[in-house]
Amino acid sequence: MSDQATISSQETALQVRNLSFYYGDFKGLSNINMDIARNKVTAFIGPSGCGKSTLLRTFNRMYDLYPGQRAEGEILFNGKNLLDKKQDVNLVRAKIGMVFQKPTPFPMTIYENIAFGVRLYERLSKSAMDDRVEWALKKAALWEEVKDKLQQNGLSLSGGQQQRLCIARAVAVKPDVVLLDEPTSALDPISTAKIEELIYELKNEYTIAIVTHNMQQAARISDYTAFMYLGELIEMGDTDQLFLKPKIKQTEDYITGRFG
Amino acid sequence: MFSLYARRVWINRVGIALSMVAMSLGLIGLMWILWTLFSKGFAALSLDLFTQDTPAPGSEGGGLRNAIVGSGLILLFSMLIATPVGILAGIYLAEYGRISKFASFTRFMTDIMLSAPSIVIGLFVYALFVATTGGFSGWAGSLALALIAIPVVVRTTENMLKLVQTSLREAAFAVGAPRWQVSLKVTLRAVKSGVVTGVLLAMARITGETAPLLFTALNNQFFSANMSEPMGNLPVVIFQFALSPYDNWISLAWGGALLIAFLVLAVNIGVRVVFRQKDKR
Repeated sequence: MSDQATISSQETALQVRNLSFYYGDFKGLSNINMDIARNKVTAFIGPSGCGKSTLLRTFNRMYDLYPGQRAEGEILFNGKNLLDKKQDVNLVRAKIGMVFQKPTPFPMTIYENIAFGVRLYERLSKSAMDDRVEWALKKAALWEEVKDKLQQNGLSLSGGQQQRLCIARAVAVKPDVVLLDEPTSALDPISTAKIEELIYELKNEYTIAIVTHNMQQAARISDYTAFMYLGELIEMGDTDQLFLKPKIKQTEDYITGRFG
Repeated sequence: MFSLYARRVWINRVGIALSMVAMSLGLIGLMWILWTLFSKGFAALSLDLFTQDTPAPGSEGGGLRNAIVGSGLILLFSMLIATPVGILAGIYLAEYGRISKFASFTRFMTDIMLSAPSIVIGLFVYALFVATTGGFSGWAGSLALALIAIPVVVRTTENMLKLVQTSLREAAFAVGAPRWQVSLKVTLRAVKSGVVTGVLLAMARITGETAPLLFTALNNQFFSANMSEPMGNLPVVIFQFALSPYDNWISLAWGGALLIAFLVLAVNIGVRVVFRQKDKR
């Protein structure tokens, strides 16, 4: 019914066209069409196994790491199809960053955690790199807490700090899009609130796509929400409209807690 | 119902008794060996052991200086060969070739190498290296020991890397890092202490190997730090001296055996220290 969930009037960062995804013979996503608006937060909700994380992982070709997983269709990013075989995946990932469910600091110092990604694509002087690290940590609202211990191991931070470090790391390479895959599901409420504030700040400069299990979170932080079920996009639209007046019965059943 | 229970209690007692017997058999053997080694080895310990070279037949006294230095050099160079080769092969197996045919073939060969008798490896190096380069040498000894150590390092490195959580690997790819950087700078670093442990255990494994050295480094009665010449080494000296009719030679063999036991002990303690550091972070 609403497989054309396009946001016509908005400038779009990603355009998904007829996307299907396969885990071997199993079809994980079928015929997804959507636009991700630039400098907005788009949330993906739906019950476990509905394909929302799978969809997110097609945006940075993370599935490429696993033989047997493949995508069909098109994802247009700056006019080019990301799924094209000739597309350099490392360049895609430098432009479309990702933060995972569990905090994943690299086994190195806080400073190096940030500098690692930057060094891959830019040659900066020592002082320019220092500035970049400070800038990224400030963006992630972590600078005040770690400025005196940049040489400590990233693993020594608390869970919430580690997750903000991961966000700083993703932001440091100056991507266009930041993908967040349930970024707060392993965190306590206070850390969650900090990260939600952060997402709100970050959307001024970045396009954000977030997968979340928490419907209140989606309602709080996103501009657009997509509801997925069994590998299909059921409904997508303005977050307020989708939560207050869903057009489709399944969406209404899910957000009112009748299933899922 | 009660008879069933009583039967279970009885079987339990028999089981515990049998395992105690099995354990004490093992412990008695170990204690016996250690006791003999310590009592005869400590009697042979003296400063001469470290300052004098192995004595000629029939002469008095003597020490193991040439064999200690020779063993040290041979071990050093074998680990210098085995460590990079083993770690890189382990990275290949865990990060690059998880499902490729070539990787499963390599994995299979590594397992065979792990259980290959060391004398076969000695003969292999003899045929391939000693016979063609025209003589026994320290290099040949290092090569033979490296061939024994490599599969140990390969397998521990691979197994450690397989323990790295998928999310950490994905996170490294997610910043746009190419696979070699992900492997060397992120995943290998995450399991650094495990890999170091593998290297140390491989070293402990080859410290006492005798058979491969008999065919490669042979032995040298005189002090030599020249890796291209036959080279004295502890295991072969112990082997020759223990079978000799001279009392001072037999005593030196005990001293050498004690030194090797201490080295292996030190390496094992080193392993524990490395692992404990990991916990502290």
